[in-house]
Amino acid sequence: MPTDILMPALSPTMEEGTLSKWLVKEGDKVGPGDVLAEIETDKATMEVEAVDEGTIGKIFVAEGTEGVKVNTPIAALIGEDEDPAEVPEPEIGPDEPKESEKPGADEEVAAKSQPTTKSVDAPAAPQFKPADDPDIPDDVEMVTTTVREALRDAMAEEMRADGDVFVMGEEVAEYQGAYKVTQGLLQEFGAERVIDTPITEHGFAGLGVGAAFAGLKPIVEFMTWNFGMQAIDQIINSAAKQLYMSGGQVKAPIVFRGPNGAAARVGAQHSQDYSAWYSHVPGLIVIAPYTAADAKGLLKAAIRNPNPVIFLENEILYGSSGDVPKMDDFVLPIGKARVARKGKDVTIVSYSIGMRYATQATEKLVAAGVDVELIDLRTLRPMDIDTVVESVKKTGRCVTVEEGWPQGSIGSEISARLMEKAFDYLDAPVTRVTGKDVPMPYAANLEKLALPNVDEVIAAVNAVTYRS
Amino acid sequence: MARKAAAAKSPAKKETTSKSGSNAPEFSKDEELEAFREMLLVRRFEEKAGQLYGMGLIGGFCHLYIGQEAVVTGITMASRKGEDAQITGYRDHGHMLVMGLDPKGVMAELTGRQGGLSKGKGGSMHMFSNEHRFYGGNGIVGAQVSLGTGLAFAAKYRGEDTVSLTYFGDGAANQGQVYESFNMAKLWSLPVVYVIENNQYAMGTSVARSAATTDLSQRGRSFDIPGEQVDGMDVRQVRDAAERAIEHARSGKGPYILEMLTYRYRGHSMSDPAKYRSKDEVTSMRSERDPIEQVRKRILENDYASEDDLKEIEKEVRAIVTEAADFATNDPEPEASELYTDILQ
Ligand SMILES: Cc1ncc(C[n+]2csc(CCOP(=O)(O)OP(=O)(O)O)c2C)c(N)n1
Ligand SMILES: [Mg+2]
Repeated sequence: MPTDILMPALSPTMEEGTLSKWLVKEGDKVGPGDVLAEIETDKATMEVEAVDEGTIGKIFVAEGTEGVKVNTPIAALIGEDEDPAEVPEPEIGPDEPKESEKPGADEEVAAKSQPTTKSVDAPAAPQFKPADDPDIPDDVEMVTTTVREALRDAMAEEMRADGDVFVMGEEVAEYQGAYKVTQGLLQEFGAERVIDTPITEHGFAGLGVGAAFAGLKPIVEFMTWNFGMQAIDQIINSAAKQLYMSGGQVKAPIVFRGPNGAAARVGAQHSQDYSAWYSHVPGLIVIAPYTAADAKGLLKAAIRNPNPVIFLENEILYGSSGDVPKMDDFVLPIGKARVARKGKDVTIVSYSIGMRYATQATEKLVAAGVDVELIDLRTLRPMDIDTVVESVKKTGRCVTVEEGWPQGSIGSEISARLMEKAFDYLDAPVTRVTGKDVPMPYAANLEKLALPNVDEVIAAVNAVTYRS
Repeated sequence: MARKAAAAKSPAKKETTSKSGSNAPEFSKDEELEAFREMLLVRRFEEKAGQLYGMGLIGGFCHLYIGQEAVVTGITMASRKGEDAQITGYRDHGHMLVMGLDPKGVMAELTGRQGGLSKGKGGSMHMFSNEHRFYGGNGIVGAQVSLGTGLAFAAKYRGEDTVSLTYFGDGAANQGQVYESFNMAKLWSLPVVYVIENNQYAMGTSVARSAATTDLSQRGRSFDIPGEQVDGMDVRQVRDAAERAIEHARSGKGPYILEMLTYRYRGHSMSDPAKYRSKDEVTSMRSERDPIEQVRKRILENDYASEDDLKEIEKEVRAIVTEAADFATNDPEPEASELYTDILQ
């Protein structure tokens, strides 16, 4: 049986090329690796090598022929005892349209060329089902704690429990943290586990990811997430994608944490909300707590979680206090929203400092007779959309509140998902209250205008409840 | 891992690499008086900024240049004003004043007013001037190093004989993009002078606790970029070294590194626990090495001017600063309509 030698592809996108030169002629004996011909496209040239031993029985495509389609037989190789005269012409001539170009044949060819594909349709994405919050015993003592202390306590407890957990970042050790979140950790755990880094975000983020590959559980603090942007490549390309790229072999159990979003009057390069950015990325978990209890319970969960976790804190919230249950091991479920207030007229969804505006607006609205249901997402990815959908089924209206920019925001995502999952229940358009679509201005008056505020939340609620 | 803090080294020159000899190059009378005036303007301006911050008129971060005045003054004296480009980080007020930007515009930017250099939209860390070729005013540590290398690239591309003076801190010297920039600058012989303002600390971290090798002037060694350590408290040494470095870059020989050994008297920004260094360290630096006092002393010793003449200069400088502060206090905030301007052209 003669074997056809086919026009090869130089790249995945090549469809045709020029057979520029034959280096063999009919009747020549060839062996594996012998160069038979040269082909060329507008981008590259390549030598065609013989794969098998044999004799060139017939050359179908003359040298100098342009537009030779990929996979067209260009010659036939025959065995010792075969007769060149008996080699049949190939079924498809070089100028005839290929099977794949005939109308309707696309799918068939695609199926043929990817023999391992079992189904043409992507399977449905699995639904994440979060666990419920743990039961807090009635008699448990509640301790008034700042968010700052809650975060510190979470790290300290996890470091006591697991020697593989360590903290690194700029000014985390001797200075006790630029915002004092790591206060006391150096004193308790020593310089081996509480590590001051040089100002090299891309480097130490990558180093942390590498250490996580090797089994450690780093907590990498970015002095603020604005500086984490120097490291975003390692976070996304190295940490987020690793498990998938390795077919499930290599984990990256690492927490990246630090203050996110606007502080006060620190200008455009230091005031940015990365919630939507990181929540875009599969392979990451993104958490943005508001209360002290959530900060503690979720940071502990993040440190134990085997995946890369983006933990978005907020500088303005560090000093705010809340009740934290005094329990041996207070851990909260990742991916579970918290219904901060039950109501039936309108759903407000927010997270992190957005909850501050949302809470204040809720107080005023409730006083004015609007029964608000207020949801704190707490985790942005995986997002607990079910809790939001359930709420909207009841209220028929939804307002989202966040500090980030409007386009591609968390609110945009919620809005889209509600369209998909609760369209028939909506009595008004989902309305987003966001930061304005501008870099953060420095001037006090402009900064105030750029940020969302309580009045905007109230106005949005009035609009969706048609009270305005 | 955490290394023990080494005692702060004195910003006197080190024999190892410095070419600036102990017999410092002399300044003429005019040069001494110019340096005195420029440095004093920065000092008084920054003191005033600190006061306005305390009064709540300036917000956010405000990084003062007090103590480091000789660096930008000496470099700028050696440069072609208005032609050579300068770029730095967020500790940028001094650079602008010495480059000749309007003190009123700088102060009004600090207070976030419409007459500020960035119309109040940038703040302390983000001011620029095309006219004076000052490119900021950059808040991300290390970013200005690549940007400054790009300014040099543009000069070479256009066949201009201007130089990019790219300033960054000892802390910034550890950022990866610094070395990526060094490589390109040398590879393409770009006319850039890298001025490392080594004030010994990056926030609360001393150089010894963050740098594997602490002679930052030699950080360009593997790229074959020459470098020297300079006494950055002596404006004459600074200008002398800068002349060498700028000439090197301007004549097409490529980049040059100047490590300026200097010191910041104030905290990193306005709030600073100051636990990472002793009061004595600061006091002795102020009393023994102050860049302005050094010049004042020489002026008087050489009879270039009398005490009264210097007082007169002080008065003039104070008037400029007071005028700037008054303007910055009374100028209105930007119009609300400015919120959405200047995002795209
Ligand atoms: C990429 C980045 N990381 C961290 C910070 C926070 N930060 C601002 S200034 C600073 C210290 C820089 O020290 P140095 O380079 O020595 O300059 P100096 O402040 O002494 O002038 C740090 C860590 C930042 N602005 N950008
Ligand atoms: Mg420094």
